[in-house]
Amino acid sequence: MTRVAILGAGPAGLAAAEAALAAGAQVTVLDEGARPGGQFWRHRPGLTDPRMQHGVRRFEQLQSALAGAEVHSGAAVWSVEPGEPGEPGEVGGAVVLRAAVGPADGARREAVVVEADALVIATGAHDLALPIPGWTLPGVTTAGAAQALAKRDGVSVGRRTLVAGAGPFLLPVAQSLALVGSTVVGVHEASRIGALAGGWLPKPWQLLGKAGELAQYAGALARHRIPYRVGSGVVRVLGDERVEGAVVAQLDADWRPRPGTERVIECDAVALGHGFVPRLEAAIMLGCEVAGDRRGRFVVVDDGQRTTRPQVFAAGEVTGIGGADAALAEGAIAGYRAAGVAQDDQRLHAALRVRDRMRRFARRLETAHGIRPGWTAWLDDDTIVCRCEAVAKRAIVERAEVPLRAMRLATRAGLGPCQARTCGRAVEAIVSEARASAAGVAAAGETVDGSSSSAQGGDVGFDRRPLLAPVRLGELGGSDRPTNGEN
Amino acid sequence: MSAARNARGSIRSTGATGLTAVPAAVEILVEGETVTGRAGQTIAGVLLGSGRVAWRGAQHGERGVFCGIGVCHDCLVTVNDVEGVRACQREAVDGDRVEREVRE
Amino acid sequence: MRIAVIGAGVVGATCAFELAERGAEVVLIDRVGIAAETSSRCEGNLLVSDKAPGPEAELAIHSNARWRALAERLDAEREGGQPETEFEAKGGVVVAFPGGEEALRRFAATQRGIGVRAEELGAERLLAAEPHLSPEVVVAIHYPDDAQLQPSNATQALAAAAIRRGARLVVAEVTGSRAEAGRIAAIETTAGAIEVDAVVNCAGPWAGELGRRLGAPLDIRPRRGVVLVTTPMPQRVFHKVYDADYVGAVGSGDATLQTSTVVESTPGGTVLIGSSRERVGFDEHPGVDPVRAIAAKATRLFPFLEETILLRSYFGFRPYAPDHLPVIGEDPRVGGLFHATGHEGAGIGLAPATAELVAHAVLGAPTSLDPVPFLPGRPGIGAAA
Ligand SMILES: Cc1cc2nc3c(=O)[nH]c(=O)nc-3n(C[C@H](O)[C@H](O)[C@H](O)COP(=O)(O)OP(=O)(O)OC[C@H]3O[C@@H](n4cnc5c(N)ncnc54)[C@H](O)[C@@H]3O)c2cc1C
Ligand SMILES: Cc1cc2nc3c(=O)[nH]c(=O)nc-3n(C[C@H](O)[C@H](O)[C@H](O)COP(=O)(O)OP(=O)(O)OC[C@H]3O[C@@H](n4cnc5c(N)ncnc54)[C@H](O)[C@@H]3O)c2cc1C
Ligand code: FES
Repeated sequence: MTRVAILGAGPAGLAAAEAALAAGAQVTVLDEGARPGGQFWRHRPGLTDPRMQHGVRRFEQLQSALAGAEVHSGAAVWSVEPGEPGEPGEVGGAVVLRAAVGPADGARREAVVVEADALVIATGAHDLALPIPGWTLPGVTTAGAAQALAKRDGVSVGRRTLVAGAGPFLLPVAQSLALVGSTVVGVHEASRIGALAGGWLPKPWQLLGKAGELAQYAGALARHRIPYRVGSGVVRVLGDERVEGAVVAQLDADWRPRPGTERVIECDAVALGHGFVPRLEAAIMLGCEVAGDRRGRFVVVDDGQRTTRPQVFAAGEVTGIGGADAALAEGAIAGYRAAGVAQDDQRLHAALRVRDRMRRFARRLETAHGIRPGWTAWLDDDTIVCRCEAVAKRAIVERAEVPLRAMRLATRAGLGPCQARTCGRAVEAIVSEARASAAGVAAAGETVDGSSSSAQGGDVGFDRRPLLAPVRLGELGGSDRPTNGEN
Repeated sequence: MSAARNARGSIRSTGATGLTAVPAAVEILVEGETVTGRAGQTIAGVLLGSGRVAWRGAQHGERGVFCGIGVCHDCLVTVNDVEGVRACQREAVDGDRVEREVRE
Repeated sequence: MRIAVIGAGVVGATCAFELAERGAEVVLIDRVGIAAETSSRCEGNLLVSDKAPGPEAELAIHSNARWRALAERLDAEREGGQPETEFEAKGGVVVAFPGGEEALRRFAATQRGIGVRAEELGAERLLAAEPHLSPEVVVAIHYPDDAQLQPSNATQALAAAAIRRGARLVVAEVTGSRAEAGRIAAIETTAGAIEVDAVVNCAGPWAGELGRRLGAPLDIRPRRGVVLVTTPMPQRVFHKVYDADYVGAVGSGDATLQTSTVVESTPGGTVLIGSSRERVGFDEHPGVDPVRAIAAKATRLFPFLEETILLRSYFGFRPYAPDHLPVIGEDPRVGGLFHATGHEGAGIGLAPATAELVAHAVLGAPTSLDPVPFLPGRPGIGAAA
């Protein structure tokens, strides 16, 4: 029986599990979250408001399918490696995953080792929040944090919350905030009508996939009297010890603030979401090809969601930002293919159709809301860019000419506990801007997005991480025998 | 099933599920002070619910939640003497002792 | 006299600095930039404690003294955004577990014989020096002269200091050379040819390949090493603390995975734990085995580390000569070509003395060191004429 391991139990991973099980595979699912669902399904009956959660019935189906799988929740997978070569006639090498399983960041969690014939990488994405002067003040969170805290914990990040950034995701965030009792003082979308029209045509909320869902957000904004502004963004967060207000300004087509348009909005929380960054490190660790640049870098997959490594598949936000429906469709394809089902099998047809439609959708999304280079204009020289190590923009610019690795060691940008997950894209942008404006660039031997001509190259910028998740030194030892399929 | 339909169909119907049920409480000790949250909440959820917005000393001021999903490490606390626990990822358990951390 | 120094790692940067300070016209060439490779993928231990008496120990002792003055100068002339060397004369503590007492005591005694300060710490002083160390430790020797710095920053500072003294940085790959009458006359690079009077090969683990391109192949091999970095924390490790079995691993020629644990805290608050040694070519997938092996030894040394979060690991390739000695001096086959490589796991520590020997070889500058043991013409490294 084919053993399929699935890394990530969001929509993509769960759909992959369902499909692989349906195709007769032995399935193991690992996710560091306390329960399956990923970033999308987080509602807690009895704890949080069901109006924040969509697709509950689909989730119930997926969960009942999981009964046939080995599921490890609270499983921080810290390593994936190619295993021993497969039997003759098999497609390729097996994969070995190692996880610490237990309460999040607990000490002495259980060591779980999973060996599989095929792997589906469904690690999703996290928010991209661009640095803004004042963004380290308590009360500034990502849009996703505001959403997660509302949906999972039933709490609001503030009483008066300003939502800003780019993309349709800001709308459900505003709605959730309203449902947990915050006044949403405004939703500020950086893209201008021109970009939105180019990407979408008529109304911005059509961006949100299913028409019903979208209309509903529009309705929610109206009902809660939440102002929605386009071509506008937060350029400074005000406050002494915590957020007391924010300066918003009109942004031009490149997201450069228009002088003279600033105004102060009083609020005690700011939720920022300028897009999403895929969690690529597992794919990179396995040597899967990753393409694109800091504006959008994703795992390369073919029509069957196969990566460039044998028996390694990828689905969901790691392959492109397309939302939960795209993740579900890609997950189903990946799950069937990983279990050995042929590409032209009719069980794949529906999912293939949805995926192709959603891919077009994702392209429009990027055209309309993709990050524009002018955002760096709202930074001051002393704005902290790397939150972990408190590294200001000035320090990064001053060291921009040395190779990225040396720049990081000199400034400590991206070397802290989050390992550049939060600041990586912003640092890459600042370095490449600084290099472009400096004549006679010394570090011409590498590209900013990676260190291509360095011996340990690959154009993956800061996304190469030798550990996928934090793990304690005492947890690295333990059994080295595969633990899946034992019972 | 009604919850599902409500959630999908219309934002107006609160439904008979969810909010009407009173969730069990969870009690944790934050710097020695008892703080009550709702069962199932993360430590960050309990802290925010109690009105706290910041609980870690960083190089330039206090930090609390930033990413909410375990990515940024801004929310670190010491739980039951174990350092470096992401408050936004860790579900609160009755009796948990939560202490601040300070990064010099 | 125009000298091309190829490779802007710690060795090339130090040579460029030394030669420029002595008035030579220096072109520092690297295909990626300053401190792009091994010198940013290592630790910054400046050790006298790990060397058995012999030529390398002499180099280490000499270098150790020079680093103190050099780091001070570099930090003093630092300008705009340039990082500090983070030089710290914190001293080393080498420990043994039961069974290892005698070997360590004997080793320390031989070192005292060549003037290294090595002092056994009694239980009380050890507890005061390293309160979190494992109670299993039975012998501890204190080496007050061991020091550390931030090697990438130090390399950047050295290159900047060389540039301030007139050296020119060229980012390009050296692809070949042109000789006239048996002497190197020009090097070819991806940015064009450069006329030279002398060339110094400081290409680290790629020095063998560069030598080949310059008509003088060398047997320099890469030896992969992995280092672990913990999450920042309040300081709990106060010296460089290592297990005496490190000494065995450094001197070993074994190709299979070996680990030895050196634990040190950094100004950033993280703890660095090195390292492994494996001869696997330039393979870039160390996998989990070295990480797990290093962690197991480190937690034995400092039990508190069991609960410490591992943040990342990194690896580099030590430039390694088959006879375990650096290769420094003029090539016997190609006139005007000098080598400065093969420092294995001690290139940071040995850089100042290496540069002194290079200045001696190229410019005839005085030195109190004996250059002979390091000359490229010795047998066994592929360069004998
Ligand atoms: C904070 C946040 C909130 C969001 N909320 C919504 C929302 O309410 N509505 C909406 O339509 N869209 C939301 N999104 C967008 C969301 O990314 C997609 O809609 C959808 O969840 C993507 O599905 P996925 O399966 O690709 O990834 P995800 O749902 O992100 O699932 C990936 C899973 O992989 C796991 N994982 C990753 N790395 C590891 C590892 N090393 N070890 C173990 N597990 C690992 C994660 O824990 C996660 O559960 C949100 C995104 C974010 C970042
Ligand atoms: C894990 C690890 C831990 C270590 N710990 C220590 C320690 O604690 N203390 C210590 O003293 N040493 C340590 N070392 C050893 C030390 O790092 C090396 O000895 C030293 O960095 C070598 O410096 P280098 O200048 O010779 O080489 P590198 O720093 O590698 O520089 C060589 C340069 O040459 C360039 N180059 C190569 N070929 C060409 C070409 N054809 N054209 C142009 N440019 C070229 C490369 O781009 C590179 O920048 C450690 C090493 C490792 C791997
Ligand atoms: S808030 Fe980012 S890790 Fe908890």
